[in-house]
Amino acid sequence: MAVDATRFSLTLSRRTRRRKLVNLLMQVLATIAALAAVAVLAVVIISVAQRGASALSWDFFTKTAATFGQSGGGVADALVGSLVLVALATAMAVPVGILIALYVSEFASPRIADAAKLVLDVLNGLPSIIIGIFVFALLVIGSGQAAWKGSFALAIIMLPLVARATQEVLALVPSTLREGAMALGASRWRTVLGVVLPTSLGGILTGTVLAVARAAGETAPLLFTTSIAANAVTWDPRQPVLSIPIDIFALAESPDPADHARAWALGFVLISFVLVISLTARLLLARYRSKLER
Amino acid sequence: MQTVAPIEIAQPREAPLSASGREAVFVTRGLTVSYGKAPAVSNVDLSIYRNLVTAIIGPSGCGKSTFLRSLNRMNDLIPAAKVEGEVHYHGQNIYGDGVDPVEVRRRIGMVFQKPNPFPKSIYDNVAWGLRVLGMKDDLDSRIERALTQAALWDEVKDRLKKGAFGLSGGQQQRLCIARAIAVEPDVVLLDEPASALDPIATSKIEDLMHELKNEYTLVIVTHNMQQAARVADMTAFFTLERTESGGHGVLVEYDETPKIFTQPSDKRTEGYVTGRFG
Repeated sequence: MAVDATRFSLTLSRRTRRRKLVNLLMQVLATIAALAAVAVLAVVIISVAQRGASALSWDFFTKTAATFGQSGGGVADALVGSLVLVALATAMAVPVGILIALYVSEFASPRIADAAKLVLDVLNGLPSIIIGIFVFALLVIGSGQAAWKGSFALAIIMLPLVARATQEVLALVPSTLREGAMALGASRWRTVLGVVLPTSLGGILTGTVLAVARAAGETAPLLFTTSIAANAVTWDPRQPVLSIPIDIFALAESPDPADHARAWALGFVLISFVLVISLTARLLLARYRSKLER
Repeated sequence: MQTVAPIEIAQPREAPLSASGREAVFVTRGLTVSYGKAPAVSNVDLSIYRNLVTAIIGPSGCGKSTFLRSLNRMNDLIPAAKVEGEVHYHGQNIYGDGVDPVEVRRRIGMVFQKPNPFPKSIYDNVAWGLRVLGMKDDLDSRIERALTQAALWDEVKDRLKKGAFGLSGGQQQRLCIARAIAVEPDVVLLDEPASALDPIATSKIEDLMHELKNEYTLVIVTHNMQQAARVADMTAFFTLERTESGGHGVLVEYDETPKIFTQPSDKRTEGYVTGRFG
C-alpha cells in the first residue's frame, strides 16, 4: 500500500488553520485591552494637564485663595493640608498595619489568621463615607473638626491595605529562612525582626505607597472631619485643614472659570504626586534588591 | 551469603575513632515523632557520641530528617508535629519541663538541605546570630574564625560586605555552616547538606566535616551511602516499616561505620548498603 501522503504533511490543514485564527484573535483582543488601559491613563493625564496648565504658576503653589472679588490666589493651604493629613495617617496606619500582618502570618493559628484576613478584606471594602461618618460621630461631634481626625479616618482606610499587602509578602518569605534563624537560637520575635521583615521590606514599601496614593485621593472621610478651614496655611494637626480633594470639589463648584482651571491644575498635582511616589517606591525597591544580589 | 559490594570506607587519618569510652551527647529513649496521627518515626533508642560524625542513612520517607529535627526541637515549628519519648542531651531531657527550645537550638545548631543564607551581606550572615546572642565582643575576629573553619575565608575575605546571594551554591552552604558554628554550638546537625551541590562542592563539605569534628559533635543525615562511608565514624540505618496504616520509620541498626558497610548484622541493612533496595 502506498504511504498516505497527508499523514506526515507539515502544511496547514483546515483544522489547524482555524486554531491559528482563534489564537490570533485572542492575542489581538488581549493586546487591545492592555493598550486601552494605558490609553485611558494617558487621556486622563493629558486632558487634566491641558485644562489645568493655564492655572499653574508660582502663586498657585505659594498663595492661598484670593478673597472674594479679587483675582489670583492659589492652593498652598490645600497642598500643605493634604501633606499633613496623609503623613499623619501613614504614621498611624503603617506601624499598626505591619503589626497586624505579623500577627496574622507569624503568630496566629491558621484558623484565626483566616478570620483576621476576612475581617481586613471586609474593612477594605467598607465605603469611605461610612468611615467618615463613623469618625465624625466618634471624634468630631461636640469638639469640632481637626486635621488629626481626618488623618484618623484616612488611617482606617489605609490600615487593611497595608496589613494585607504586608501579610502577602510575609507569606512569600521562605520558611527555610525562618528555620535558619531559629536554628541559631534566635527567638521568634528576633527572627521576625532580623530576617523576615527585612526580607519583605520591598513589598511592605510597595503596599504602603499604594495605601498612601489611595489616602491622598480620598474625599469622603475628610468631608466630615476636616473640610471647613480658615483660608490660611497651617501645619498644626489640631486645626482643621483644607486638602487637595476637598479643594478640587470646592473650586469646581465655584462660579469663576479661573477657579475651574485651578481645580484641573490641582487634579494634575494630585496625579503627579501619586505618580512620583509610586516611581520612587519602585526605584527604592530596585536598589534594595540589587544591593542584596550583588 | 550475599557478598557485600565494595564501598570505599573512610581511611581514618589517625587511629580509628570508636564510640567506646566516649561521652554520649544525645541519648534518645523511645523517641516517636508523629505528624497528626501517623508516626513518622517510631521508638528510636540511639546514643550519639561526642566529637564523632554520626551519619543517619536510609531510604526516602524513613524519618531520618524527622529524627534529626527532633534533636534540636526544630519540629516544634511544625504545628502538627508531636514528640513522644525522651531526648537526653548531656543528661537533660530537651523535651522536659522548663527547657527553653530557643536555648536548645542555641547549643545545637543546624545546617539545612538547601543553602539558606539570609538576604544580607556575607559578613552580616555570620554576624547576625552573634549579635542576637549577644556575642558582640571581637565580632570581626569571630567572623573570620568561623569563615576560616568553614573553609570559606580565602574565597570571601575581599567581598565580605557583598550580598550572600552572589556566592555559588557550595559557597552558600559553607557560609551557612560558618553561620552555624560562629555561635559556638556544641552540636551541629546537618540535614543532607550536600544534596543540592555538585561533586566538587560536596567533597569540600565532606573535608570540612573531618576538620569540624575536632571541635563539634556532628550528626549528618544523608541519602548518599558513599558520603556516609566517607565522613562518618558511626552510622545509623533507618528504614520504613510498612504497616496497615501506611508505615513509619524505625532504627534498624547502629554501629561503627565500617561494620555497617562490611558486616551488617541485619538483613535489611545489608540489602540497603549493597544496593538491593532503597
